[in-house]
Parts: sequence; C-alpha cells; structure tokens
Amino acid sequence: MKYVTETIVLAVGAFIALLGAAFAQDRLFEAHMWVLFFVLLASTLFMVRRISFAPAVATGSSQDDEGYFDEVVKYGVIATVFWGVVGFLVGVVVALQLAFPDLNIEPWLNFGRTRPLHTSAVIFAFGGNALIATSFYVVQRTSRARLFGGNLGWFVFWGYQLFIVMAATGYLLGITQSREYAEPEWYVDIWLTIVWVAYLIAFLGTIMTRKEPHIYVANWFFLSFIVTIAMLHVVNNLAVPVSFLGVKSYSAFSGVQDALTQWWYGHNAVGFFLTAGFLGMMYYFIPKQVNRPVYSYRLSIIHFWALIFMYIWAGPHHLHYTALPDWAQTLGMVFSIMLWMPSWGGMINGLMTLSGAWDKIRTDPIVRMMVMAVAFYGMATFEGPMMSIKSVNSLSHYTDWTIGHVHSGALGWNGLITFGAIYFLVPKLWNRERLYSIRMVNWHFWLATLGIVVYAAVMWVAGIQQGLMWREYDEQGFLVYSFAETIAAMFPYYVLRAVGGGLFLLGALIMAYNVTMTILGYQRDEAPIPGAAPKLQPAE
Amino acid sequence: METYTAMRHFADSWGLLAMTLFFLAVVVFTLRPGARKAAERAAEIPLKED
Repeated sequence: MKYVTETIVLAVGAFIALLGAAFAQDRLFEAHMWVLFFVLLASTLFMVRRISFAPAVATGSSQDDEGYFDEVVKYGVIATVFWGVVGFLVGVVVALQLAFPDLNIEPWLNFGRTRPLHTSAVIFAFGGNALIATSFYVVQRTSRARLFGGNLGWFVFWGYQLFIVMAATGYLLGITQSREYAEPEWYVDIWLTIVWVAYLIAFLGTIMTRKEPHIYVANWFFLSFIVTIAMLHVVNNLAVPVSFLGVKSYSAFSGVQDALTQWWYGHNAVGFFLTAGFLGMMYYFIPKQVNRPVYSYRLSIIHFWALIFMYIWAGPHHLHYTALPDWAQTLGMVFSIMLWMPSWGGMINGLMTLSGAWDKIRTDPIVRMMVMAVAFYGMATFEGPMMSIKSVNSLSHYTDWTIGHVHSGALGWNGLITFGAIYFLVPKLWNRERLYSIRMVNWHFWLATLGIVVYAAVMWVAGIQQGLMWREYDEQGFLVYSFAETIAAMFPYYVLRAVGGGLFLLGALIMAYNVTMTILGYQRDEAPIPGAAPKLQPAE
Repeated sequence: METYTAMRHFADSWGLLAMTLFFLAVVVFTLRPGARKAAERAAEIPLKED
C-alpha cells in the first residue's frame, strides 16, 4: 500500500484549492487557485494509478531502501535540463521583445511579466533544481550515508516543482509583489518556506547521520546556501496579506528600509544561491572529473568563511546615490571590494586543482567546461566589485552594463558549472559507460562560450554608451539626449544580444538531446577527441 | 535610546569585534601547525568511492 497517504494529501490539497477558487476575494486569486487545483488534481490521478494494492508483505522487500537515494537526483537532473531550456528560451524571447516591442503580446506575455518569468526560470527553476539535485548527490557520497528522511527527498523535489509552477503562472497572470527575484506573493512564499525547511532537514539530517568523520567542504557551502536562503526568504517576504483569500499583500517595511531589505535579499541571493551553492558543486565535481583532490583544502576553508563573513554586507551597493544613508552605501562598497579576495582565492583554488592535469582541458570537453566556468567566476567577481565603486557605479547603474555583468556570471559561471556537473552525473546515475556523444559536449562548450562572449561584450558597449548619453550636457546645462533617443540607440545591441542568447540556447538544446540519448542508452559512433587516452584493451 | 540606534551601536562595536575575532580565529585554526595532514585527508573524501 505505497503512497496512500501522499495521494490522500494531494486530493485534500486539490479540494482546498477548489475552495480557494470558490471563495476568492479577487479574480487573480481565483485564476491562480484554479491552476493549483488542476495541477494537484492531475497529480492525484497520477498517484492513484501508482498505488500498489498488493498485500504489504509481498511489496515490503522489493523496495529500494538501501544504498544511496539516487532516484530523486535523476529526476532533479532531468528537471534541471528541462527548466534550463525553458528559461533560456524565455530569455531569448525577452531579448527579442526589447529589440522589437511588437513582440509584447498583451496582457500575458508583455515584458513586465515575461522578464520575472525568465529570471525565476533560470535562477530558481534551472539553478535551484541543479542545486537540489547536486547537493543530494554530493552530501550522500561525501557523508557515505543515505539521504535522511525517507521520502522527504521526494517532497522537496515535487514541492519545489509546485513552487515553480505557481510562481511562473502567477507572473503570467500578473500576480507580483514587485520585489526583485522574490516576485511570488505571500501564499506561494509560505509554500516555499515549508519546502525549504524540509530541504534543510533532509540535508542536515544526512550530515548528522554521516559515516565519514569530517564534513567535506562542498557540504559547508551547500549548507550555508540552504540556511542563508531560508533566512533571506523569510525576512524579505515579511508581509501582511490584505485577505487570506486574495493575492495582495503589503510589505512589513516601508521606504528606504524596504529598499535595503530587498537588496540585502537580492544581493545575498546572488551570494548564497548563485555563488555559495555553486561553489559546493565546484569543490566536488572538479576534483571528481579530473580525479585529483582540491588544490588546497585549507584555502577552501578560508574561502568559505571569508565569503560568509563578507558577502552579507555587500547589498547596499545596489542603492548608491539613493536615500540610503551614506555610511551604508560606503559599507556596501567596501565589503564588495573586499570580496575580491575570497572570490579570487576560490577561483585560484578551483583552477589549480588541475595542476598536473592541464592536458585534460585539451582532451576532455567536460573539464574544459568546468574550467571556463571557474574563469567566468573570476571575471564576474572582478567586474562586480569594480562596478560597486561609487564613481564607476554612477556611470554603470541602471544601464545594460549591469545586465551584461549578471549574464557573464549567470551564463558563464552558474550555467557552465551546472552543464559540467550534468555531463558528469548522467552516465553515473543511469549506469552508462559514457555520454551519448563527447563531441556534442564540445559543440555545446563552444556555442555557450561564444554566446556569453557576444552577450557580455555587446552589453559593455551598450551600457557604457547608454550611461554616457544619459549624462551628456550641452554648454547651457541641458541634457543632450532625450530618454527615448538613448533607447533607440540600443537597437543594434539588443539584436546582437538576442543572437548571443540564441547561441547559448542552441548549446543547451544540444545538451538536452545528448542527455536524452544517454539516458535512453545510445552511444554515438564517433571519432574520439584527439589526444584523449585510448580505452585500454584487454590482454589477448 | 531608540532600538535602531542601540542596535546600530552594538553592530559597529561589540558585534563587529566579535565577528572579526571569530573570523581571525578560524583562519588561525585552519593554518595551525599540523592541520596540513588533516586537510589532505579531508581533500581525499570525494575520491574515495565511485
């Protein structure tokens, strides 16, 4: 009688969603509850078909309760690839909407709604699934223990997918609390909190029941990511709903406190979601792929603590020249600059792990991808502190330079390290000898890298031109350009950006094909990468 | 005193001192003599199995 409780809970949830739709205070909440109802109803029907009515004695022993809990990691990898393609596709659409405003199809698909759809899809759906899957994989292996909490891992995975679906459909319906990277309204936030606590219990429980005496550094990074995101999410989303059956809520903060809370959240989401969590990946998957221990384990410990202590103060650099007190702006700037040290310490540590195995960059496209990821981590964490300097920020802020910076970090660092991890994981998880095609990994690498370079370079030019046009005065003290003129000047850059994003998307589609064929058990008949070690032949 | 002012004074005096000392202690502990062996053993953890 497996999954009976789960199925009943889903059915009850679907009924509650139906009640929510019936008694909704506003049209948006009603529409959103209908979405939730149909999602939960479909899940219930799916689960009913899976319930096993065989006697408990017969099914009891067939369960796979020993060894590592890898089934949920497999689902996580597939979800990562799926949401990645979706998120990149929406990104290309959004880029084209900026270049060609006619593509804003109102009301559901205009830029104001598709933009948070893109950011949340890539950060939380693609990045989040990648983090959940890899953290579950890594913590089990480095603790030599099965994932804690039985089916809790399943709850975390499916609960998180439900959060993604509710957030995404909410954006398209026009439900937003307009906090950047935290757009979902209060009831979706509460759901994410529940899922996140379950995630923490599963992860921390595995560490507490570990058989390995030492907690490997990757787990420190993953744990700091989980704990800090919980704290950031709860504080940033403190709000009072207008009605318990309506979408609207008001933030607990007002004015400049609200702004600072948002950027304390926003920047630390970058610091702990997109940096600490992905550094956890770096410290596990690079050593595994090159088969060497990390260059300096002690440097990784210092990297960890320095990152933790400094990142949390850097948020105010998003609010230079605003009503935020000057001391807070300067504090944010100084800590951002100090972040150079841990960031570059970590980058060097990742790169130097290859010392003695540098030839693998030439022969192993997966290593090449990981090394490029770390290189982009270094570049983005150099550019960021530079842009946080007040005088640089006075030129760069509100321009497309910021967008370029974010994408060299997100596409270059988060994207490439995740792709590397996926290429490492898929053959391992599905017990395949190798990937369907190594050469396709190479194609993916070059398409992605070229796409990022085009994107970032174009946005540098666009951003600096934009910033200079905004501050151009004539001899009588009047602004030379109207705002509309500065937008018109961006057209060629916006088209080129869409091209760069398109290349990146193309690479991701190749990965999706490669991963699918690997899972299905095919191997492409292809010449090996030149210089790669030939497979050992058994002796005659 | 206002709560804000009190917390702000605490943050840039005792709070700052405590965090700085903790951080320095972590660095010293990590680089203490004899830590190299333990670090090398820890670095091997991911390579031990599959």
